[in-house]
Amino acid sequence: MSTPTESLPEPAGPAGPPGLAEPGPAGSGLPAPGLAADRPRHLALRPGTWLTWAVLAFFLLNLAGVIASVLLNSFGSRWFDSWLPGGWTSHWYTDAWKEFSLGHVLGVTLEVTLLVVAISLALGVPAAYALARRDFPGKKALNLLFILPILVPPIAYGIPLATMLYKVHLAGTLTGVILANLVPSIPFVVFTMTPFIEQIDPRIEAAARVCGARTHTVLGRILGPLLLPGMLAAGILVLVRTFGMFELTFLTSGPSSQTLVVTLFSAVNSAGIRSTQSIDAMAVVYTGSMAVLLLIALRFVNPTQLVARSAD
Amino acid sequence: MTAATTTTPPTAPPRLALRHRLAERGVDRTLLLVLPGALALIALFCYPFLYGLQLSFQPTAGGVFGAYRSFFSDPFSRKSIWATFSLAIPASVINVGVSIPISYRMRRDFRGKRIMLAVLVVPITLGTVLTAEGILEFFGPAGWFNRTLHLLGLAASPMKLTMNYTGVLLSLIISGFPFAYLLTHSYLSGIHPSLEKAAATLGAGWWQRFRYVTLPLLLPGLLTTFSLTFVMAFAVFPSALMVGDPDGRTHVISIEAYEAALERFDYAQGCADAMIMTVLMLAVIGALAAARSRMYRGATGGKG
Repeated sequence: MSTPTESLPEPAGPAGPPGLAEPGPAGSGLPAPGLAADRPRHLALRPGTWLTWAVLAFFLLNLAGVIASVLLNSFGSRWFDSWLPGGWTSHWYTDAWKEFSLGHVLGVTLEVTLLVVAISLALGVPAAYALARRDFPGKKALNLLFILPILVPPIAYGIPLATMLYKVHLAGTLTGVILANLVPSIPFVVFTMTPFIEQIDPRIEAAARVCGARTHTVLGRILGPLLLPGMLAAGILVLVRTFGMFELTFLTSGPSSQTLVVTLFSAVNSAGIRSTQSIDAMAVVYTGSMAVLLLIALRFVNPTQLVARSAD
Repeated sequence: MTAATTTTPPTAPPRLALRHRLAERGVDRTLLLVLPGALALIALFCYPFLYGLQLSFQPTAGGVFGAYRSFFSDPFSRKSIWATFSLAIPASVINVGVSIPISYRMRRDFRGKRIMLAVLVVPITLGTVLTAEGILEFFGPAGWFNRTLHLLGLAASPMKLTMNYTGVLLSLIISGFPFAYLLTHSYLSGIHPSLEKAAATLGAGWWQRFRYVTLPLLLPGLLTTFSLTFVMAFAVFPSALMVGDPDGRTHVISIEAYEAALERFDYAQGCADAMIMTVLMLAVIGALAAARSRMYRGATGGKG
């Protein structure tokens, strides 16, 4: 970082199509052909580089400490004023399972997330298709309708939404929770799907038409298979998001319709009667399931491609 | 569905003409596909929002603007705006600022890059509760952080890092940094290194290359990242309650709105607070979007 001759990686071939025109968080360019920087390089250690890595290492060290504290505490029998807990036990997990009826909570969480994924895909994918393929008067307004729920904080629209749901007696029910979670999920599906749809050449559909395929044949044998990877990606991401969505579920759920995140938060907030260890145990369960979900998601989606599909 | 208009045989010429004219402007049956999604959002987002808006003008006392007046006349609630901004702005500046040099380094290929990416993504899975509990235990008075400081002789008495402003800021950095990093990384990887190489050939130092080549191309993407990170930090709610000082410096506007609506059951006041929150949020996003639209948006590998 200090000398002007600091070498940059050689471009390993022509760049992908550079004009990824549309701005916006979802990006929308065609995926550039993989520009593999195929020569791994050693790290050049200059002062700036050292500083960067030092800051990163400090961050990661503290992060590891944060995670390890919770993990150790959830397995420790008691831990007051020492470096490590006094003894080891796993009974906080069984305690948490019974105390918070985690079986029921996990069932509710599963039901909510799967239904939200299914409904938001069913509503979002067709909308994304029409938005990606057509240019029409009023498209900007429609785009705004789809982007606002992502930009407005969940609490801000969650409170009016919860108030309305209370009025129609849906608050506190599973239906209310699912309806509330659909609000950010549908736009999310739309924005994740748009680049996937844009990369499918419309001429493929036209060709199928010319050969006499009917709409349902085009859908089932041309578009469906081509869109499946995108739908899988969007579905998994919505799953992860809904699993971790706190605010909306918190505002609209009742005692029997709480998801895992909300149960966890309520447990912390009504602390005093609960032991921190069983809360920590439950938090570990939450993070474990979230990590598994994310690992599955990462197998199908490259996180950096979601924003800008580019040569990486 | 796409070509339905072309496959149906024409029945009545004038109708066909209208259809054709509409189709030329992009209006055909494909557009019906937007309807279910759009209607769902209108019913679940727009309608409740308007409902909340009209409810906010019907407080139990104080006339039409009573709820808004009571928000701005009560210093405790008024200060929640300041509390929110004083958390959200530093958090997003730190998250975006730190992710620039790190993604700059991560742009090259080196051994262990995939593992590094995975490690940086992990905090997304933590969830607010584990982050909050971890911060309370790790940065707490008897936690490892203060113990290490004590061991190294850097601090005589434990530093107070939890149940206050610092605690919430820490939790915002832990949850927001991976997100900001992922976005910055992908925007930066869209800028082709040959541009900088060209500048280097012409004798530009690293600062000149960054200042005049990379930064202008990266800035629009950075502003998007900043907006999204800001949205996340602005809406901070659970961590402000758990690791913060919810009755004092971290009494953020979402706590204010939540307490009004679901603890005091004053829905009019809660909706008014939510509207104030939305307006503030949209004002910031609008200002950032306006700044962004003035920037370079070209086709030289800069992601606009």
